[in-house]
Amino acid sequence: MEPELIPEPGPAPHSSRVAKVLIADDEPNIVVSLEFMMKREGFDVRVARDGREALEAIRREHPCLVLLDATMPGMSGFDVCEAVRADADVCRTRIVMLTAKGRETDMARGVGAGADAYVTKPFSTRELVQKVKDMLARDTPAREASAGDAPA
Amino acid sequence: MSPGRRLVLAVLTPGAILGLWFVLGAGLLYAALGEDERASVVAALAPLVDSHGMLVVLWWFLAAAGLGLLARRLHAAYVEAPARLADATRVLAGDAAGPDVTPQGSPGTRVLAEAVNALAGQRRALEQDMARLVADASRDVAVQRDQLAALMAELAQSVVVLNLEGRILLYNARARGLFRRLSPAPGGAGGAELIGLGRSIHAVIDRALIDHAREGIEARIARGDARASARFVTTTPLGHLIQVSLAPVRAGADQTAAINGFVLLLDDITEEYEAQSRQDRRWLDLSEASRASFASMQAALDMLDYPDLDPADRERFQAVVRDEVGAMSARLTALAATASQDMKTRWPLQDMLGADLVAAAAQRIAAETGRRVATDAVDGDIWLSVDSFALIKALAFLAARLVEAVGEPDLALRLAPAGGRAHLDLAWSGTGAPGRRLTGWQTSPMQAGDAPSPLSVRDVVERHGGELWLEHARDGAGACFRFLLPVAAGVAPEVPAPGESRPAYYDFDLFAASAQSRESDDQPLGEIAYTVFDTETTGLDPAGGDEILQIGATRIVNGRLLASECFDQLVDPERSIPEAGIAVHGIRPEMVRGKPRLAAVLPAFHAFAAETVLVGHNVAFDLRFLTLKADATGVRFDQPVLDTLLLGGVVHPGEDNHSLEAMAARLGVAVAGRHTALGDALATAEIFLKLLPLLRQRGILTLGQARAAAQTSYYARLRY
Repeated sequence: MEPELIPEPGPAPHSSRVAKVLIADDEPNIVVSLEFMMKREGFDVRVARDGREALEAIRREHPCLVLLDATMPGMSGFDVCEAVRADADVCRTRIVMLTAKGRETDMARGVGAGADAYVTKPFSTRELVQKVKDMLARDTPAREASAGDAPA
Repeated sequence: MSPGRRLVLAVLTPGAILGLWFVLGAGLLYAALGEDERASVVAALAPLVDSHGMLVVLWWFLAAAGLGLLARRLHAAYVEAPARLADATRVLAGDAAGPDVTPQGSPGTRVLAEAVNALAGQRRALEQDMARLVADASRDVAVQRDQLAALMAELAQSVVVLNLEGRILLYNARARGLFRRLSPAPGGAGGAELIGLGRSIHAVIDRALIDHAREGIEARIARGDARASARFVTTTPLGHLIQVSLAPVRAGADQTAAINGFVLLLDDITEEYEAQSRQDRRWLDLSEASRASFASMQAALDMLDYPDLDPADRERFQAVVRDEVGAMSARLTALAATASQDMKTRWPLQDMLGADLVAAAAQRIAAETGRRVATDAVDGDIWLSVDSFALIKALAFLAARLVEAVGEPDLALRLAPAGGRAHLDLAWSGTGAPGRRLTGWQTSPMQAGDAPSPLSVRDVVERHGGELWLEHARDGAGACFRFLLPVAAGVAPEVPAPGESRPAYYDFDLFAASAQSRESDDQPLGEIAYTVFDTETTGLDPAGGDEILQIGATRIVNGRLLASECFDQLVDPERSIPEAGIAVHGIRPEMVRGKPRLAAVLPAFHAFAAETVLVGHNVAFDLRFLTLKADATGVRFDQPVLDTLLLGGVVHPGEDNHSLEAMAARLGVAVAGRHTALGDALATAEIFLKLLPLLRQRGILTLGQARAAAQTSYYARLRY
């Protein structure tokens, strides 16, 4: 198969600020690629190695979007998801759940816990990047609108 | 009046009457005469009285004696003979086997006696006919029952038959083995506290489950499904999973007859279930781990597609791919190792003597190909773990293919050990090389004989977790198909211990058992379930610190001693054992070391004795030990108790020695293993069974009567 060349990304077109993305996964082998790619796409990338660390990073850094692994030791991705949705401060964070659990019941659980998207491993990184960009693009006008509505 | 006095009276009466008659005649004559005539008669007779009066008396006496003799003859013929006839007839009426009546007395009485004898003869013939019919019928029933028991004993499944109350009427050896594994008790009871004739199945299977299954069956029967049965899975207290199939037993052969019991087929599926669960778990783990690995590799490969990577980044992503590939290989290797273990358990393999398998295969090959098979090189000590049916089929199939390919091969089967496994060879020698005609011999479906099979030889080999290859001899003459097969693990297959009489496993009389309270004093002694027990102790004083060393018990149900349902357990007394006692019971300290303590044994014994009446010899002694430990162990024995020592006093009030030996000798019971708890319990049980008919003769029929009689027995007033 011909390897498809991914076009050089320019500066992110949808936002004047650099969007902050958190990658939460306990497997360094996937983190290394995701981190590299998201940085190349021009995102500001943070990494968390387990669920607890991920939740702390979300509360501290307020990322626009989290790539969250469902099966982490200790606090699982589902738990993090529920905690985020229950926390008024960060409940609007976009969550894309990446998981090796491919059964329908697992997907239902992920969506039920409040994930915006549920991506089963293995996945195409290009499609993942597209998904992330689409989500943030949909969010930006809404966020700017809400910022404009907010009393000064 | 006694017969003797009646005879004297009968002999004397005629003389007395004759005398009276004379005197009365003389009196009347005297009264009829006139004054002068009287005087002249007296004057004429008076001188004669002295000289000839004796003559008259003698004359009368002769007549009286003659009449007396006659009267005696008549009395014998007409009074005594009928009375004797009546007595003899009464004996005959009571006992048809009694002696015939002897004809005697008057002709009429003789004829009557003969008629009585004829009648008795007819009755005897009738009774013999009836007895023969009953005996035939009983024998038929017994034969059927023994066949059933034998059949059940051989069944590879655990079978238990219940009456409607859930009491066990019948079980087979395999069921015993199953319950032995389910039993939480220490070894001594060996499941006998769970399974036993007359015991309730609900100790193991929840009543609600059986009721639910029963309702389901009844509903399906109502819908017209005559052969309804139900299945469910239940968990035992020890965490075993038991799969139960329940089918109704009907009172008659008719499909509409009322249900009067159930047959349960029990399967311990714990291991299969666990293997299945492990398998599922492994499958899930593997799929998830693989997804994660593939995701890492996919992402790393995507990164490698960037044309402008610097070498360090490129190296990093390649390292990710290499690392994940290594991890996946390691995972698969580990999985294969564990999965092949479970593969063996999934297909049922039986242990079989290798020589038997070879002989069966040789016969089969000879029958299907007409070629004789040599079986000289067979190691007779190898036990294989095989699915014999499939393996023999595979050998026959290969032999048939060989005959097709080679023409007239000399076939041989060989069996030899091979490093913890066995080599089973189907060897041939022949000039024609099989060459290409054997292609696909491993993987094509087996078409041997007239029954095509979907399996291939390869399937059969894999079912055994074995291997198979075609090996050529070094000298080029001939070759063999070599099967590498597992040998038996050396676990003895579960067979019932020899000497256990099969019929001890059933008691259909329990079908008639009613739900009345089993502890009521009105229960007939013959219908009660008893636990006959004995203990050996360190000494005679439980209050002074003596402890139980051994408990032995057996059961009596419906008047039968169930020697196969025993409780026999040594107990760690947690103290020293006095030398004086060792001479009696022979239990030395090293024998009880590591044995369970009383706190563990007593609950098991309590379960063993549940819903029965306790019986013991001088049982008050054993009971004092048990009641003293009740507080410490929380186990109370509150069932009724009977003491053979006291009952011995009831049936033989004249005897003064009621020791176990003396009573055993009196009643003809052989005592084996005296002064072991179980030996004494068995002897006591036999003595008790011999006492029951003797108690019946004294009108003691129920538990209440037996307890009352024992209380009033002379021995009951002794202080233990």
